[in-house]
Amino acid sequence: MFDFGIWTSWFNNLLTGCMPGWAATLIECVVIGVLVLATYALLALFYILYERKLCAWFQCRLGPMRVGKWGLLQVFADMFKILIKELISLKGTDKFLFKLAPYLVITSSVVMLACLPWGRGLQIINYNIGIFFVLAVSSVGVLGILLAGWSSNNKYTLIGAMRSGAQMVSYELSLGLAIITIVLFAGTMNINELVYAQNDGWFIFKGHIPAIIAFLIYVIAATAETNRGPFDLPEAEHELTAGYHTEYSGIHFGFFYLAEYLNLFIVSGIASLMFLGGWMPLHIPGWDGFNEVMNWIPSIVWFLGKAFFISYVIIWFKWTFPRVRIDQMLAFEWKYLMPFSLANLVLMAVFVALGWHF
Amino acid sequence: MSDIKERIRKICPSAVFEDGEILFVEVSEPEWYGFAKALRDDLKFDLLSAVVGMDWKDSLGVVYYLTSTSRNWEMIVVKVAVADRENPMIHSVSDLWHVANFQEREVFDFYGIKFINHPDMRRFFLRNDWVGYPLRKDYDANPEINPIRLTDEINEDDSVSYVEDKDGKVKAVKKNVFEKEDYVVNIGPQHPSTHGVMRFRAAVDGETVKKVDVVSGYIHRGIEKLSEGMTYPQILHFTDRMDYMSAHQNRHCLCMCIEKALGLEVPRRAQVIRVMMDELMRISSHLLSFGCTAMDLGATTAFFYGFREREMVLDIFEKTCGARMSMNYNVIGGVIADLHPDFQKDVKALIEIMPSRLKEYHKVFTGNVIAQNRMRNVGMLSKEDAVNYAITGPSGRGSNWSCDCRKKHPYSIYAELDFNEVLEDGCDSFARYMVRMREIEESCKILAQLVDQIPDGPIRAQVPKLIKLPEGRWYQQVEASRGVFGVYIESDGQKNPYRVHFQSPCFNLVGVMDLTCQGYMIADLITIGAALDFVIPDIDR
Repeated sequence: MFDFGIWTSWFNNLLTGCMPGWAATLIECVVIGVLVLATYALLALFYILYERKLCAWFQCRLGPMRVGKWGLLQVFADMFKILIKELISLKGTDKFLFKLAPYLVITSSVVMLACLPWGRGLQIINYNIGIFFVLAVSSVGVLGILLAGWSSNNKYTLIGAMRSGAQMVSYELSLGLAIITIVLFAGTMNINELVYAQNDGWFIFKGHIPAIIAFLIYVIAATAETNRGPFDLPEAEHELTAGYHTEYSGIHFGFFYLAEYLNLFIVSGIASLMFLGGWMPLHIPGWDGFNEVMNWIPSIVWFLGKAFFISYVIIWFKWTFPRVRIDQMLAFEWKYLMPFSLANLVLMAVFVALGWHF
Repeated sequence: MSDIKERIRKICPSAVFEDGEILFVEVSEPEWYGFAKALRDDLKFDLLSAVVGMDWKDSLGVVYYLTSTSRNWEMIVVKVAVADRENPMIHSVSDLWHVANFQEREVFDFYGIKFINHPDMRRFFLRNDWVGYPLRKDYDANPEINPIRLTDEINEDDSVSYVEDKDGKVKAVKKNVFEKEDYVVNIGPQHPSTHGVMRFRAAVDGETVKKVDVVSGYIHRGIEKLSEGMTYPQILHFTDRMDYMSAHQNRHCLCMCIEKALGLEVPRRAQVIRVMMDELMRISSHLLSFGCTAMDLGATTAFFYGFREREMVLDIFEKTCGARMSMNYNVIGGVIADLHPDFQKDVKALIEIMPSRLKEYHKVFTGNVIAQNRMRNVGMLSKEDAVNYAITGPSGRGSNWSCDCRKKHPYSIYAELDFNEVLEDGCDSFARYMVRMREIEESCKILAQLVDQIPDGPIRAQVPKLIKLPEGRWYQQVEASRGVFGVYIESDGQKNPYRVHFQSPCFNLVGVMDLTCQGYMIADLITIGAALDFVIPDIDR
């Protein structure tokens, strides 16, 4: 299987060969920064089109068809429009926090993007506490949403922000517990090691029952974490018009919009990392020929394919299910999902201790 | 009828009777409240069908249409008039029939009649700084008196109540709509889920709704006032623009009312076509309601499924009537144009496809556990309240109240048709939703009976070139998509009506928003609104 590490180390050697170490590191940082931002923007655009086309398909429509072939350029037109729109400032808002909020949201989402295992040798941040770091950074996004709702000086945004705070803090528990279940199984939090540990089978197969339960809990909690239907209460366009970002315009709104789509990709990416092997191809121990064939598919295709598939499922939820009510949503988390994830964690501990796994 | 007459004479000896299509009683103002109480309690007139404000030039007054649901839907008309034009006052009956709350506010708005003991005597449609009462015959419509005001309405929260003390003296008591410390969330007039330019002001405690104040009139067009200056055929087009989802039924009602006054016999072919169009309209309306309910609850895909089938109905309308909305199809004496050659084929295709599509809706939305949790036990409305607030149509039948006008006062050819009145006993939003879904099946059943039985013959009766109604008053009801729609016409023998009143079902529906939303959450307010399914232009006539 092709190792992208060959390219990166070649580039690193090239730079260190002709300049001092600090300068090389600086240039590498800048190049990676640009690459991350470019990937971020392109992926967000892809996701917007992806969702629009998918939901059109669910709803017996065609979706955007006018700009470019099959409407492929529609998202670029939309993004261009959003970039040239005026940033409206409102009376009675907390100016500083109002402007800060979208940046908090988008920063947390960009940092999480950098943690994902894109392919073999294609990883930007590789901590030994990798997955823990991702969970911690994801919580910063909530702060941005709360600030946006509070600083807008609008009753809809405030209700949206309160809902969002209650929802994201609650569902982070289940999300974290589902991830800890897998960390317990793998014995590591390092993202790279997590991927390599799935060389002889993805965790969802190796850990069977508790891993599958953890996967289901993760997908539900992740849907709630990304504020998507049926848990899109913070926005709830039919109740709160647009929830916490009602008062935002132009690219500030664009940041929330992009972050929402990218968070969908990120949670899907983490799901593929924790349960479906990250970039690791589908390997079945003993089936060497099959494994060889699987290895021919590039690792980045594996990763993106899995992430897009999980996103597809989450998008499918959104367009099919009605929205839950705030009390039902909180009751679901605190009365069912969280106790269930705790029990599942114990179950996984028992499985690991007794060696009841592959 | 004579039995009722006797009993009324005992209760109120000074009552003046007048025979007509419905027993007509005139009582004097001081006796009115006691008489109303006796009508409700002793004579069991438990449903207040219509409240019509009137200006007879020498006096102002109100005409009340009452129905007894327990006595075969017998109706009675009561007229109350006062001669004082400066400060006309009539006792409010809003504590006897709660539906009168908003109805009397409308009368106050347009005629300036103050209702004694009414809890909240504000204008209903117009701004509180409006000068004059527009439906009075001596109203000055000079735009300089009421220019287009560019400022916000001030003192929105101020209300007044005219309270009568023990000695019979009336004094104005100031009231506030909301408490000082209430957190009031403004929903509308520009809001995705109010289904039009409706405005609710909801006092909330956290997410729980404490009180809902309905602010209406953003698209009021003064149809009743406009009608007074037009000839009868010219009025017809207004009905399509009130509840545009019941355009055929509304227009059918107005045509029937005029035909009744003229004593006109409508040809059989036109009758059948009218009933078929009414039922197609009902299907289209309920499909839209299904879609919007799903959409308001966040299930966007189901919305498109409903629209897909609604498109078939609209295509049928387009072929025959030439329009998809505001069809302008019924005319006095019949219908305006003959059926399109494809009509029967298209209707058959629709009836054939609907059962499988309904199954699909139930699969994708009704059966969904989230949808069920969102709608069940939300917006409870007991049968007693439904009657008291005159909540007819699918919403009333969701409270297990048998109130289908097609059964109670059969009009046109409905008496010959075989269909069931759909009732649900859930009294909640889910029951209202289910009534609509099942009514689609019943409408299909009616269409199936008629589609091959359309007789040949003329499509309209011979009508005089200049239509003049004889002196008198007429009231006609039909079952529109959202409930009982009534038309009141009073004529003084001219070519234009002296007074036209449209008793729209949605006006009553919005009247229970406060009652049904209290104690539920903001999200439930949207659900309740969607399940009541009011159409704003029907309120803002």
